[in-house]
Amino acid sequence: MSEKELGKKLDRCLADSAVKLGAGLGLGIVFSVVFFKRHTWPVAFGLGMGLGMAYTNCQNDLRAPYLIQRNIKVSNATKY
Amino acid sequence: VGGTILYANWDPKFRANVEKSIPYSDQVFGLALGPAAPPPVINKPVSQITRVLEHILRNHSLSFVACVFVAMILSAEQNVLSVFCIPLAAAKCTECEHEPAVKERPEGEVAARLAEQDKAEQDLLTSLSSNLEDALGSTAKVTLQAIGAQEAALQAIAQHTRQLREAMEAEAPPDKKSTQWRVLEDALSERSRSVDEAGAAVLKAKAELDKLRGVIDGAKHLKIAAARPSILAAEENLHSMVVDLDSVVTRVQTAQSEAKIVSQYSELVNEAKAQFQKELNSITPEIQANWKGLTGKLTQDDLNSLIAHAHRRIDQMNRELAEQRVREQIHIDSALEQQKLEDKKALEVAVSTALEHNREQMRLEQEKKVEETREVMEAEMRTQLRRQAAAHTDHLRDVLKVQEQELRSEAEEILNSSLMEKETEYRRLTQDQLDSFTLDMNAAYARLKGMEEAIDSHVIAEEEARKAHQLWLSVEALNYTLKTAALNDPTEPLEGAVQAIKESCAEDEFAQALATALPSESLSRGVYSEASLRARFYAIRQLARRVALIDETRNSLYQYFLSYLQAMLLFEKAQEAPPAKLSAEDLDTFKLLSYAAYSLEHGDLELAAKLVNQLKGESRRVAQDWLKEARLTLETKQVVSLLSAYANAVGLGTTMAP
Repeated sequence: MSEKELGKKLDRCLADSAVKLGAGLGLGIVFSVVFFKRHTWPVAFGLGMGLGMAYTNCQNDLRAPYLIQRNIKVSNATKY
Repeated sequence: VGGTILYANWDPKFRANVEKSIPYSDQVFGLALGPAAPPPVINKPVSQITRVLEHILRNHSLSFVACVFVAMILSAEQNVLSVFCIPLAAAKCTECEHEPAVKERPEGEVAARLAEQDKAEQDLLTSLSSNLEDALGSTAKVTLQAIGAQEAALQAIAQHTRQLREAMEAEAPPDKKSTQWRVLEDALSERSRSVDEAGAAVLKAKAELDKLRGVIDGAKHLKIAAARPSILAAEENLHSMVVDLDSVVTRVQTAQSEAKIVSQYSELVNEAKAQFQKELNSITPEIQANWKGLTGKLTQDDLNSLIAHAHRRIDQMNRELAEQRVREQIHIDSALEQQKLEDKKALEVAVSTALEHNREQMRLEQEKKVEETREVMEAEMRTQLRRQAAAHTDHLRDVLKVQEQELRSEAEEILNSSLMEKETEYRRLTQDQLDSFTLDMNAAYARLKGMEEAIDSHVIAEEEARKAHQLWLSVEALNYTLKTAALNDPTEPLEGAVQAIKESCAEDEFAQALATALPSESLSRGVYSEASLRARFYAIRQLARRVALIDETRNSLYQYFLSYLQAMLLFEKAQEAPPAKLSAEDLDTFKLLSYAAYSLEHGDLELAAKLVNQLKGESRRVAQDWLKEARLTLETKQVVSLLSAYANAVGLGTTMAP
């Protein structure tokens, strides 16, 4: 179902963002705790990195159909 | 004809009859035979000849002349037979046109009558013969008796005469004489008795003879031919009896006359003796006239006187003798004359009787001869007639043979010609029959052929119809399967139905093509119904609205957010009727979606699909599946509708005559 794809993508996005965020947070926390003496900026950094990664992933995921891949000919790319 | 003439010559009665019945026959007879003599009355009894003629008449058909001839013969003899034969002849004779008007009696009646007559005659004959025999017998008996009596009388007379003579001549001793006389007296009495008896017997015999004669006359009057010989015999017997009787009577008479002579002589002697006795008594009165005492009582004187008387007597006697001698001649002459007279008389009587007898004899002989000649003639006539009958039968046979031949040939000819005709007719008829039959057969065959073709075509048509029906049914099944889509689930896989269709229209290329044209997903997975697609569309629409801004160029997350925002803020008509032609500004997502919604609401999935196909970018990608499904459904529906149309068309087509 092509109409469910977006929903799935978005779900994945959210899940991914959550994971990323969590992971970022975690890592941030870890890093902050471990390396950066409980500064919050690694958490934020981690969160931000996580978020950014999530956003990018989400975007890429959403863009995926429009990407022209190198190994695919142009004539085949618009096949839907 | 010769036989007729001969018989007419012999039998004048027949001749008269023929002359009476056949015209101009008297002239023919006059030419041939001379004039007719007056017919003697000869009664011809029913002889065998008539029976022969009857037989002839009954069994052969005679010519006219023979008919009449026979009829005339018979009519000459028996009227009944003529009456019988003439109708018989008339019945059998085809040429008898000149037959005299005779009452025709029925054959049976006449035959019965004839039989009756025959029987009556026969009875009469038998009675007559019996009568004759009885009469003859009685007469013979009586005559014999008479003859016997006469013979006895004769004997008695002879004896008496002899005894008398003996008594006269013998000089026996008186006692013997007395016995002799007594014997003589007895003989005399016996003679008289026997003479009386004989006379009575003769009378009786004469009476019987008269009776017999009367019977014979009566028989003769009855005129029955068969009795003739018996009558003749009876007459002969009668005649002989009469002759015998007469002879005996004459003998008796002669004996009687002799006896008379002897008795006269004895009387004379007795007279002489009495005279002598008287003289003797006159001479010797004391001598008693007793011959018994004669021998011992006479004395010598008596004897002498007796002798003298005797001498005297002798002289007297001698004188008388001489006288007698003289008178003798005269006496003898007179006696002779008397005798002559008597002889003449007797002769006459005898002659007359002998003549009578002879006449009788002659008559009898004549009759006998007549009878014989008649029989001979009859026999001859019979043979002649038989010959004629034989000749006639031969002639008839020949004629019949010839006729038979002719008729046979004629009949054969006719038969052949009719046979030929019938055969040609038959051939023609059979030919006609055959032709008509062939025609019918041809027609029937043609019709049969036509019917067969019609049936075949019908069969084909039926087949086609069946196939069409089957196709239609399978298409209907397909349709039905299309309807089995639940709200969000696809239909049953159409594969079975399509298989059924494929099977049902194995040789229909169009249907096969159509059946194969179905998209494989529909076969394997089934298609979604319009309703489900419609329902799905709304979700699609919502989503497509939300990602309306996203396309190849704009596909960041931010754009997503923006498109979301646009979708939230932009309000378009839920359903808008699409224009006939899409312009450039109609290619806006929202407009397209509303058009599609409108068309969907109005059941036009195709248009909706077309419109949805115009989406670009992410909206398109979002609606892709829906589009695919819609396309599938549309394809399937198109194919199915084509198929059903085709099935209908085929079904319609098969109902029409090819």
